[in-house]
Amino acid sequence: MTSVPAEYGLILAALLFAIGLAGVLARRNIIFILLSIEIMLNAAGLAFISAGSKWGQADGQVMFIFILVMAAAEVSVGLAIVLQLFHRIRTVNSDEANTMRG
Amino acid sequence: MTFFYISAAVALISSVLAISRSNAVHALLYAIVSLLSVALIFFMLGAPFAAALEVVIYAGAIMVLFVFVIMMISSGPGSTQQERRWMNFRLWIGPSVLSAVLIIELFAVISPPREPMSAKPVIESKQVGIALMGPYMLGVELSSLLLTAGLVGAYHLGKRKDDAAQTEDVTIHD
Repeated sequence: MTSVPAEYGLILAALLFAIGLAGVLARRNIIFILLSIEIMLNAAGLAFISAGSKWGQADGQVMFIFILVMAAAEVSVGLAIVLQLFHRIRTVNSDEANTMRG
Repeated sequence: MTFFYISAAVALISSVLAISRSNAVHALLYAIVSLLSVALIFFMLGAPFAAALEVVIYAGAIMVLFVFVIMMISSGPGSTQQERRWMNFRLWIGPSVLSAVLIIELFAVISPPREPMSAKPVIESKQVGIALMGPYMLGVELSSLLLTAGLVGAYHLGKRKDDAAQTEDVTIHD
């Protein structure tokens, strides 16, 4: 069995990132937008792991762990904002949240 | 190499389905399948520690947060009816088939007469730990700060300020 070339991992990461970006742009439900952001962050992690595997270094996995930490912090704050927004405007449609109080 | 193609196909299909479903719970199921297939790709790329973290944290903890929020948002009258529709058996067929492909592939990969998965060396968790606690020490400290900030922020945003929220509701809905 031949090994997986790192280029293929990078191409897959690019495709997954494009899918996540399309989700962010197309969906108006905030939960789906957060889910698409998770897919994009996961694709970024895949790119790091592919590169780390190509060079045989542990740095790719270290950066993946940092991405994981960032994703966990981001999603906890993001979902708290979603709950607060739902508490106030009773919907999760991001187009409805177009007023600011200043 | 074939295993990589199968996992990549499952990842792409389930990601497209995850962002295109109209129902949030179906989308979550497909997103979990996508994360699992990416974890299998990590395993093939010689990163078993990252694969384990992907399953435990992404497919476990983060997706549980999503399920929690979806269930909180959809509570109310008629939610039992809605859940009954969600638990319809036909809805589980798609994610189940994709997951079955992944688990068959996993058994093929780890079965005892094991061909070398790749010519690439496996990067063990020991090397990752040495790198984390050595040159990346500052990054570890910064990520602990980031997690603390996330914890405080989520606590502050999730706090129900009932009296204030009532008056704010009135002013917003005016």
